[in-house]
Amino acid sequence: MENKHYDGTEAAARMGIPRSLWRAGVIGLFLLAACCGVFFSLTKGASTITFNEIIEILLHPGTDPQSQIIWNIRMPRTIVAALVGVNLSLAGAILQAVMRNPLADPHIIGISSGAGLAGVVIMILFPALEYLITPVAFVGAMVAAVCIYILAWKNGIKPVRIILAGVAVSAFLSAGISGLMIFYSDRVHGALMWMVGGLAARSWPHVHIILPYAVLGLVLALAGAAYLNVLQLGDEMARGLGVNVEITRIVMTAVAALLAASAVSVVGLLGFVGLIVPHAARLLIGSDYRYLLPAAGLLGIATVTLSDTFARVIFAPVELPVGIIMAFLGAPFFLFLLRREI
Amino acid sequence: MSAIISAEHVDIGIDGKTIVKDLSLAIPEGKVTAIIGPNGCGKSTTLKAISRIMPYSGSITFKGRDIKSFSHREFARCLAILTQSPQAPADLTVSDLVEMGRFPHRGFLGRGSSSEDQKHVEWALAQTNMSGMRHRLLSTLSGGERQRAWIAMALAQRPEVLFLDEPTTYLDICHQLEIMQLLARLNKELGLTVVMVVHELNHAIQFADFVAVIKAGSMVTSGVPKEVITGRLLADVFGVQADEFICSNGQRALVPVDLI
Repeated sequence: MENKHYDGTEAAARMGIPRSLWRAGVIGLFLLAACCGVFFSLTKGASTITFNEIIEILLHPGTDPQSQIIWNIRMPRTIVAALVGVNLSLAGAILQAVMRNPLADPHIIGISSGAGLAGVVIMILFPALEYLITPVAFVGAMVAAVCIYILAWKNGIKPVRIILAGVAVSAFLSAGISGLMIFYSDRVHGALMWMVGGLAARSWPHVHIILPYAVLGLVLALAGAAYLNVLQLGDEMARGLGVNVEITRIVMTAVAALLAASAVSVVGLLGFVGLIVPHAARLLIGSDYRYLLPAAGLLGIATVTLSDTFARVIFAPVELPVGIIMAFLGAPFFLFLLRREI
Repeated sequence: MSAIISAEHVDIGIDGKTIVKDLSLAIPEGKVTAIIGPNGCGKSTTLKAISRIMPYSGSITFKGRDIKSFSHREFARCLAILTQSPQAPADLTVSDLVEMGRFPHRGFLGRGSSSEDQKHVEWALAQTNMSGMRHRLLSTLSGGERQRAWIAMALAQRPEVLFLDEPTTYLDICHQLEIMQLLARLNKELGLTVVMVVHELNHAIQFADFVAVIKAGSMVTSGVPKEVITGRLLADVFGVQADEFICSNGQRALVPVDLI
């Protein structure tokens, strides 16, 4: 973690901007971006609805078609997008501190491969049970995460063992996914959509599924911010400062697993959010988790809502899965970060 | 000389391999103790076991109380440790780091009186002469300044005992002396018990009140540095032939001249 450049905070220090002002500015900027994302997500789409109409509909819900579109389609979808953005970003930010690795993300603890295999099994082998995909994917994600944890356990948890166990378990589960898709190549369409991740047809029931985890995860993450800060000094210094490193690592990994699993089980395997968003937020606001967590959450809202809006309108009326847009935007951005930092 | 920390018949192993065997050590209260010995002899391991970073078997007590009976935070308020070349995020400032020293004094969820915390942070910065550099990024400091910042963090814990693992490694001779004099002053003025692993034996002679010599996981001898650290000891423990000199300040100094 040493010798990394934190362009934003360093630039601010050079220009003589007080850090508190800089942090407030960055959070304000992300908040604005999140508001814009939510606004575009509500107004843009197959039928464009103006800002004034939205306000009118929100204040006085009616039975006209536009009101129905807002309340039953766009509003829940926007909320799901925002919550997924928050959950994946927070999960990534937490894991980056817990694993002491700037490239840690929800894939590393098996969330994606676990949810992926569970989802693909349902879609390909039991298509009649498709309504169960969210709880089953959630269970799959958590089982994979627990497996990796158990496999990595040896007198405690070392981040590098988790990462290596995660790679092995993910490879194993991915082989299962590939095998199923090859044996049942006639049924892969739904499975492919699931693997890419998308927000199409996400509605109020999905909001109800993800909301409690988002609230619980947010509260626990913010409560753990001081612990995550101390953990960044290394295990030995953290112990010397009175942190129970093992317990903290288990609890915070579990929080990240819940956040990521609830998101992934609702929208499929949305790549890159959990890696890119915390990284980008860290570049601008620094590594103090008391500020990084809210910043990453807001940037996550902005990223997913804007990407989803883009995915809906770019080839309208055909809708792209948001995962494709995100990978298209995420991969070049990630390479940009890579070139700057190493 | 009463002991603030007593280790009795302590064994320390890593992955089933014994590093330290049947080690007993009493650390005198309010004094500077140096732990010396060859590379890999178990000095750092001993320091880490006593500060509860590493598991051990046997009995270690702090003021007569088993250290395993302390809660994590309670123990961190009694004893602070500075490990060898600790890492920190590159955007951490000196005051960010020193504030982390207040962690063991805050309640769960980081609650606690922040004006009280601020008072101790200011005090720790002043003690280490870092007040003027509080807004500097840790990554832009020189080695000596960075080490002082870490010592300030440890002081902000308001411990009774400060452990340091090779605090002068990688520093030039001027900054080595600066850190040693700082530790000596903290010991004199605050009555802070200092325990440090050192390689520079002349530092041990000049600055320590008590020295423990460890070789191959066992205690060889301990006592007053002037009496313990001799040419004979260097031959036995390190396998070097050393000549003795008397410095201008009257201190004895040993210079290794050849391998035996």
